[in-house]
Amino acid sequence: MASKTLTRMDLSEAVFREVGLSRNESAQLVESVLDHMSDALVSGETVKISSFGTFSVREKAARVGRNPKTGEEVPISPRRVLTFRPSHLMKDRVSAGNKG
Amino acid sequence: MIRSELIQKIADENPHLYQRDVERIVNTIFEEIIDAMSNGDRVELRGFGAFSVKQRDARTGRNPRTGESVEVEAKSVPFFKTGKLLRDRLNGN
Repeated sequence: MASKTLTRMDLSEAVFREVGLSRNESAQLVESVLDHMSDALVSGETVKISSFGTFSVREKAARVGRNPKTGEEVPISPRRVLTFRPSHLMKDRVSAGNKG
Repeated sequence: MIRSELIQKIADENPHLYQRDVERIVNTIFEEIIDAMSNGDRVELRGFGAFSVKQRDARTGRNPRTGESVEVEAKSVPFFKTGKLLRDRLNGN
């Protein structure tokens, strides 16, 4: 099975089919959903979507890294990273769908 | 923020839509992403991030309580990589 890449366009197409709004409005709604999720995460909130998964922001401390090519030491400043933990339902469906 | 709060925010911004349609819209988006990954597809949302499927090889695991060896089957797991724009925004850039 050849795998393909879906984009915002495919998500708005799905919304368009499901609800019957205009394509333009469907696209705007997909964008609003992503914007609200991003804004919540940027403000440090956890975004928990039941039966989908949880996005959370973690604080990473400063550390000394190394340029793997030159071996040179470079300081890595403290930063915030986003982690996604899939729900059981997502894990089960992804694992069942990709068997064999 | 949880799913119902996300739905509420979208509903507040779109007073011309029925609440139940907003629910269907939000649910459709998440459902579509899970569906795509179940088919082995990737979902790339520029600026936000990308959902993809990673293969995990079969391995011999161990029951941490009893120390007993167990065969763990090869499996596919969901993976999310944060988009550059969101990563930068998280760090105030």
